[in-house]
Amino acid sequence: MLIKIPKSWQLRDSDATPQNIYKDRRRFMAGVLKGTGVAMAGGIAGSLIGRDAFAAWVRGEKLANVVKSQYTVDEDLTPYESVTEYNNFYEFGTGKDDPFDNAKDFVTRPWTIEIAGEVAKPGTYDIEDLLRSEQLEERVYRHRCVETWSMVVPWVGVSLASIIKRLEPTSKAKYVAFETLLDPERMPGQHRRVLQWPYVEGLRLDEAMNPLTLLATGVYGEVLPPQNGAPIRLVTPWKYGFKGIKSIVRITFTEKEPPTSWNLSAPHEYGFYANVNPDVSHPRWSQAKERKVGEFFKRPTVIFNGYGEEVASLYTGMDLAKKF
Amino acid sequence: MSTRTLTLPNSLSIQAPYRVTWWLMFTVMALPLAWLVGLGLTGGLGANPIEFINRYLGDWALRSLLVTLAATPLKILFGWVWPVRMRRMLGLWAFAYVALHLTNYVVIDNFFAWGDIWKDIVKRNFITVGMIAFLILLALAATSWNGAIRRLGAKSWKRLHRLVYVAAALGCLHYIWMVKADLLAPTVHSVILALLLSVRAWHIFRSQPR
Repeated sequence: MLIKIPKSWQLRDSDATPQNIYKDRRRFMAGVLKGTGVAMAGGIAGSLIGRDAFAAWVRGEKLANVVKSQYTVDEDLTPYESVTEYNNFYEFGTGKDDPFDNAKDFVTRPWTIEIAGEVAKPGTYDIEDLLRSEQLEERVYRHRCVETWSMVVPWVGVSLASIIKRLEPTSKAKYVAFETLLDPERMPGQHRRVLQWPYVEGLRLDEAMNPLTLLATGVYGEVLPPQNGAPIRLVTPWKYGFKGIKSIVRITFTEKEPPTSWNLSAPHEYGFYANVNPDVSHPRWSQAKERKVGEFFKRPTVIFNGYGEEVASLYTGMDLAKKF
Repeated sequence: MSTRTLTLPNSLSIQAPYRVTWWLMFTVMALPLAWLVGLGLTGGLGANPIEFINRYLGDWALRSLLVTLAATPLKILFGWVWPVRMRRMLGLWAFAYVALHLTNYVVIDNFFAWGDIWKDIVKRNFITVGMIAFLILLALAATSWNGAIRRLGAKSWKRLHRLVYVAAALGCLHYIWMVKADLLAPTVHSVILALLLSVRAWHIFRSQPR
């Protein structure tokens, strides 16, 4: 029996901001600022209010039917503005604020995901068909970038394991490979060959099946903004952020370890595993400490980003300094 | 120095008095710093202000060094003398940006964690070369006053100050080795440095007696 759950994460046409208002958003914002009498010269406060007014217009729809999950951390969330305006997403430019500026008009529907390789149910799935029967969960995860900054992010998404089970990988499947959309017209950063496009990432099948592994379609209870990897991205909180491949269009089950973008770019700097590890330095900087975005003092980095209880057993007997 | 243009105004000359040009350039060199302060006061430094300040000051340290090193090529190519005359001011601005960049790294980024800083200097190549460039520029800034030229003697002072080329090259290397994948900006800066140096090289080669 097919139970029709509303496509809660889908932005319906009727809900979208009318285009005339959207196109006029800057003037709208100026009006808001004037109306509330905020003096822009008033320093930090004025500027922050201005940012909020703008962010309200680019924010996505609220997601319905989201359950809180057991996965949460007892730390302050990184503000929405930081999560959505400070991004590494080279498909939209290499500057931290480029994705926010350049991904605004990125259209994420219709969106299909090709399932291929060692799997019983290959095919090209509409994202809605792939997600329809999954439960959206909110999970508050720590996020540690390889560049030594970190965040605490309330993702909304579905368990990758649950999707994989439905797709029925064959006994030959040992790895899962992911691929980002390749479309330089829509992703202007792909006009420059900073990395090999499309961006590719991969996990060992047991890592992909770990309960922590999430396919995120939202953040802060809302539809994932384009700059964060809409419509669907990977989140593996015990690994460095670059493993979290964005705007996924292909998932392939493979027998051999798949190539990964940063490893292809600089093999001695970025490994396949990319597990957060304070004892294994990046060749050009230490990984011992991190700065949580918004904080002044650095804090010590924890092995597996604090998720050792959940994932350490995946790597028993492995030399983490060699398999970095 | 500038009295000639002041006391003997020439109706055909559109040259601004040197003193005015000097203050104009001084202000231009201060603009990036003023802009940064402005961003700081209006909350415009982004989600990771410490990283932003670090990158920003590093960028302008290298750029102001390139501006300083453009003085002689401008004289060679166009016969302009005024940039060479204010080279000391330009160079001291370059040093100021380098010093602020380093101060941000030591005080704000690492909050005097000397152990971490020392490990960075010894183990991370891009920081090693950056620190060498700083030490060179420190020596040049410290000997930038007239008394130092007298004490060292013009010849050895000049030889010492040629190290500025080394510092600039190390600055570019520092930038190249720092970035993750996008080499565009460090390449542009390095190419500009290479062009500036080749104008000098070409000039020296041409003026050799044959």
